[in-house]
Amino acid sequence: MLRAAATLGPSLGRRLLSAAATQAVPAPNQQPEIFYNKIFIDNEWHDAVSKKTFPTVNPATGEVICQVAEGDKALETLDNGKPYVISYLVDLDMVLKCLRYYAGWADKYHGKTIPIDGDFFSYTRHEPVGVCGQIIPWNFPLLMQAWKLGPALATGNVVVMKVAEQTPLTALYVANLIKEAGFPPGVVNIVPGFGPTAGAAVASHEDVDKVAFTGSTEIGRLIQVAAGSSNLKRVTLELGGKSPNIIMSDADMDWAVEQAHFALFFNQGQCCCAGSRTFVQEDVYNEFVERSVARAKSRVVGNPFDSKTEQGPQVDETQFKKILGYINSGKQEGAKLLCGGGPAADRGYYIQPTVFGDVQDGMTIAKEEIFGPVMQILKFKTIEEVVGRANNSSYGLAAAVFTKDLDKANYLSQALQAGTVWVNCYDVFGAQSPFGGYKMSGSGRELGEYGLQAYTEVKTVTVKIPQKNS
Amino acid sequence: MSSSGKPDIPAPLTNLKIQYTKIFINNEWHGSVSGKKFPVLNPATEEIICHVEEGDKEDVDKAVKAARQAFQIGSPWRTMDASARGRLLFKLADLIERDRLLLATMEAMNAGKIFSNAYLMDVSGAIRALQYCAGWADKIQGRTIPADGDVFTYTRHEPIGVCGQIIPWNFPLIMLIWKIAPALSCGNTVVVKPAEQTPLTALHVASLIKEVGKLIKEAAGKSNLKRVTLELGGKSPCIVFADADLNSAVEYAHHGVFYHQGQCCVAASRLFVEEPIYDEFVRRSVERAKKYVLGNPLTGGVNQGPQIDKEQHDKILDLIESGKKEGAKLECGGGPWGNKGYFVQPTVFSNVRDDMRIAKEEIFGPVQQIMKFKSLDDVIKRANNTHYGLAAGIFTKDLDKAMTVSSALQAGTVWVNCYLAGSSQSPFGGFKMSGNGREMGEYGLHEYTEVKTVTVKISQKNS
Repeated sequence: MLRAAATLGPSLGRRLLSAAATQAVPAPNQQPEIFYNKIFIDNEWHDAVSKKTFPTVNPATGEVICQVAEGDKALETLDNGKPYVISYLVDLDMVLKCLRYYAGWADKYHGKTIPIDGDFFSYTRHEPVGVCGQIIPWNFPLLMQAWKLGPALATGNVVVMKVAEQTPLTALYVANLIKEAGFPPGVVNIVPGFGPTAGAAVASHEDVDKVAFTGSTEIGRLIQVAAGSSNLKRVTLELGGKSPNIIMSDADMDWAVEQAHFALFFNQGQCCCAGSRTFVQEDVYNEFVERSVARAKSRVVGNPFDSKTEQGPQVDETQFKKILGYINSGKQEGAKLLCGGGPAADRGYYIQPTVFGDVQDGMTIAKEEIFGPVMQILKFKTIEEVVGRANNSSYGLAAAVFTKDLDKANYLSQALQAGTVWVNCYDVFGAQSPFGGYKMSGSGRELGEYGLQAYTEVKTVTVKIPQKNS
Repeated sequence: MSSSGKPDIPAPLTNLKIQYTKIFINNEWHGSVSGKKFPVLNPATEEIICHVEEGDKEDVDKAVKAARQAFQIGSPWRTMDASARGRLLFKLADLIERDRLLLATMEAMNAGKIFSNAYLMDVSGAIRALQYCAGWADKIQGRTIPADGDVFTYTRHEPIGVCGQIIPWNFPLIMLIWKIAPALSCGNTVVVKPAEQTPLTALHVASLIKEVGKLIKEAAGKSNLKRVTLELGGKSPCIVFADADLNSAVEYAHHGVFYHQGQCCVAASRLFVEEPIYDEFVRRSVERAKKYVLGNPLTGGVNQGPQIDKEQHDKILDLIESGKKEGAKLECGGGPWGNKGYFVQPTVFSNVRDDMRIAKEEIFGPVQQIMKFKSLDDVIKRANNTHYGLAAGIFTKDLDKAMTVSSALQAGTVWVNCYLAGSSQSPFGGFKMSGNGREMGEYGLHEYTEVKTVTVKISQKNS
């Protein structure tokens, strides 16, 4: 995802910010007008049947922005708290690429004609599944919307999308663009609301043919149960992770430190694939820890509209408290707190970049997904040992390897139980390459050609013919 | 299918200025090395539109050198993201859309095309083909392969290199796009030689390529190729069964042979009609052909323009004479039209025998041959009894007949209850001497791809 970011090298964050300074990025409107705050159905705006509204909050200040309304391009930052420069250069860029990629697939997803035994002509049709319920999270609101709409619409489906209650604004703005683009009414419908009500309604609806969910593993389980208990709708899930980042002793140290930092701290630590278990080979452990702490201490936390900011606030109070809870457990269970460890400001949901060293596999912070700016560094001896420990998790979303050795790279990428393995890089995404989880990190793949499969129903047609010739 | 003036289209440009008449190499315009130029004609009036630089071997060498340079490892083109290649092709499609009126006017004037067809079919077809291939650019995927042994094996789908592309005069713009779009989508560089009769739209598109970006290097010239794909002629059969929808079959068969003055490689130039409906079919086909209005293709209400040049014109008339001499029945037409321009009257022959010249040789003109048949097995044999194999059409309501005959015909495209229905998504090409290789669709990318297998020794393979 952060191809733009990842190619910038050790001073990546700084390069991005200086791009903003030299006018590569237009200045944000910090008080955008909100135009769209209703429910989008059949290309029209509707009040909730109950007439209820809910507030959406600016996580940088804790204040209510509006009772769900309209907006402009600074909306993503206002609603989610991610630094504006990143919103503009990374999130939006990836959204465009994803949509363009899937637009290209629309007329290319071929069925097959098949040499079946007997005097028959047999072929498959790749049909759309039907009504697709799509429930998306708050960590990359626009991007998650594009990842869902792209493959679903390219294959001819229709969509009912439930957007996260924390971050509905950009999705609703896009709804109006959908109307402007000329999609027929009813093809895309967007409902802002809460999980237990709107989300649950989608997952258990008797007339929804498929549900796609991105969010926590805990809720993913509920979605799957609801699907099975109702009409056995098709299910794809993109859930949590506790992704291992393995630093071998022959890795390029500067590069590995910067990438490992980025792997954990990007998006305020709020990435499903965050590299939240950094395994460092013992020969280089001390130096790695020292450099990582220095880097974390230099991370600039502040107002996301400020072009110098690297880290904004966490998305809401619930997350804020949960992360502080995990930090406490780390302290209590004996991990070594090397920097950070608490809130970073009096107002807003800011948390100091935090690094724990000497983390043991059994600690809570080594097992559970924190989803915040808290880095765990663990020591290992041998490559065989680290494979076992890296795979010893119910999660399996991503993993990374830093090494210069060809055989080690091949060995590890083969052995790791993860849907994506990065070698000498992290968080590199492309619309072209599939992404998804092993084990309890989810089922199914998004992006790439593979991403079309979940939105396709295959029909086999077999016709009797007078005589079959090859 | 042509249908003049159905949707509202603008009038062709008057006073069209031809801006681009030179050789395009490395995004720049060059005079010919020899200094020679050649005239480009309007076949409706026989007047010279302009003169164009005449490329020869030395010019080709320059072009190939530039194309080779642009293809080097480390070059902007080779290191560009595949998706970015796609973006460039999309931008080119946008510019063609912008210049639609200009290109349609130019195509109609230079190639003798009915203006409404040029506007509604040729330019649209070119845009869609470009957009289709643009979408493929970042979807050309190799494979990882479960090879035996402790190895990690995968394929890369690489571009081949410098592709020489020689295109004809019957659909100048579309043929240009059908060649360059898949080639560029796969990452190749190209050297294009447009037909000498119709270079103008190709040169205008070259100017748009320059406008799109400095990163596609293009040139005009000829070159020597290892890999060859050929799209050649045809003598495509149309088989009409007695149970067909008669009106529909007459109409499709008519357009199948008369579209663009019969100058289509897929022209339905052998029409086999089942005995019970033969007489009625001939009667309706003649009536349909007689309705034609001939004239300058830029004028509204004209159905048929001129043939492309004198050589074609004379060849067609010669074949028509052979039809008369060898005993086919001339139902209408049969000679030239007008005192200026290369026009031929729409001509229908019935009672054509398989051994006549008009039944065997490609005429490439507005001449329809209608033959009679009795049995299904017999007509399949007769339809296949040709060196050609580009396309075929079947008209029937019967499921079994449709399945049996479409499987049996030796043709690259078989149309059932329709004709000339083309699309960018579907591969097109010939069996036998109608050519080899396929264009468009996903298959069209294969010709422009070089597959490299990479096999890496690893310490232990696990599935």
